[in-house]
Amino acid sequence: MFNTALTISDLGFLAQGALMTLAVTAVSVAAGTVLGVIFGVVRNQLGAYWSAPLTFLLDVFRSVPLLIQLVLGNAFQSIAKLGWPPFTTSCVVLSLYTAAYCTEIVRGGIASVPPTTRRAARSLGMTWWQDMRYIVAPLATRVSLPSWIGLTLGVMKDSALVLWLGLIELLRASQVLVTRLQEPLLILMICGAIYFLISFPIARLGGYLEKRWSND
Amino acid sequence: MIEIQNVRKSFGSLEVLKGIDLTVEKGEVVTVIGGSGSGKSTLLTCINGLEPIDAGRIMVDGTEVHAKTTDLNKLRRKVGIVFQQWNAFPHLTVLENIMLAPRKVLGLSKEKAEEIAVKQLTHVGLGEKLSVYPTRMSGGQQQRMAIARALAMSPEYMLFDEVTSALDPQLVGEVLDTLRMLASEGMTMICVTHEMKFAREVSDRVAFFHKGVMAEIAPPEALFGTPKDPELQKFLAATH
Repeated sequence: MFNTALTISDLGFLAQGALMTLAVTAVSVAAGTVLGVIFGVVRNQLGAYWSAPLTFLLDVFRSVPLLIQLVLGNAFQSIAKLGWPPFTTSCVVLSLYTAAYCTEIVRGGIASVPPTTRRAARSLGMTWWQDMRYIVAPLATRVSLPSWIGLTLGVMKDSALVLWLGLIELLRASQVLVTRLQEPLLILMICGAIYFLISFPIARLGGYLEKRWSND
Repeated sequence: MIEIQNVRKSFGSLEVLKGIDLTVEKGEVVTVIGGSGSGKSTLLTCINGLEPIDAGRIMVDGTEVHAKTTDLNKLRRKVGIVFQQWNAFPHLTVLENIMLAPRKVLGLSKEKAEEIAVKQLTHVGLGEKLSVYPTRMSGGQQQRMAIARALAMSPEYMLFDEVTSALDPQLVGEVLDTLRMLASEGMTMICVTHEMKFAREVSDRVAFFHKGVMAEIAPPEALFGTPKDPELQKFLAATH
């Protein structure tokens, strides 16, 4: 009844693809978040007028389809003779893409902290940095977390597009197997299940933190 | 001693302080009354440097608040302020709210900061609420917490900016009692308030602000008993 040509080593091949997806996502989300926090704080400090060039640049990264960004990014590194391997190019492009979205999330989080609360912190003699560290950061994180989890899950799925630069990540690995074995239904179901297995803990972590923080 | 000399301050084209002169001695309680928009609250935020001024100067124990060389973060340890909105830090428990600034600003140990926090919270009647989050408390309790938070820095001066205005009427009393207690302990205080009875009771002097000018200042008996300024007479007639 149930016959498949899929072997254990094919599953290993898929697992390798999944690891690549995880690696690209982890690096891009980590770097993109760090950049996003920096850009978000800068945008908040400078105000709309002085941060206009940065805002414009980030808008470009948010507006142009990721696939085009990847292809252009790869062409750019080749023209500039940077000699980046596809993994590096993929991570750089995805990081900037993540940073563009993360900046907005961070900016919104910081803006959600009432100015009067910050003023109270400063009136106690706290420095700008102490206010950011002990008051703004924890409060903004609580507000931003759901959007950030959404962004991370989105980037994880969008990372499939790096297959266009020749990286064999989860989706590309599945395609290879589909072409060879001609069992698209089964293989894509497995592929989807693996995506779900990666996403689920991240989504649950978000739910857990939200619940923990809702006590206050 | 707080010396306010010919202080002027505008928000855009609106001049909210039109040359204020006021000296508050150590141990003195001065209350400031007056209508909305008379500049009372702005003056307080200028005293601890949260707002810049356009002209004149403010000296706290001989340090000019708005001088470029003044370390405002250091000055603010000496001048506590409590606002109309209590501004609790919602992610911290009541105890942590009080401990934060002593630990990070004064660099006290956790034990020492906790000791001070417990003492101040007990002082304002919140000794039972240490591990509660502020959003679970009433406005009056949160406001008393804000007072304890400012007191934990051992300030020499306390500024109170309409601290009862945002409270439900039945909660006003507990906060005013806390202020009365501080006044009786000899704390130097400037209170902006709409509570005339309170002003009459605790003040050494009462100042009446009208449209950015300090129209009259006198001991409470004189200011409430024989008001000279016509605007003050109108104001008192309307509030009594």
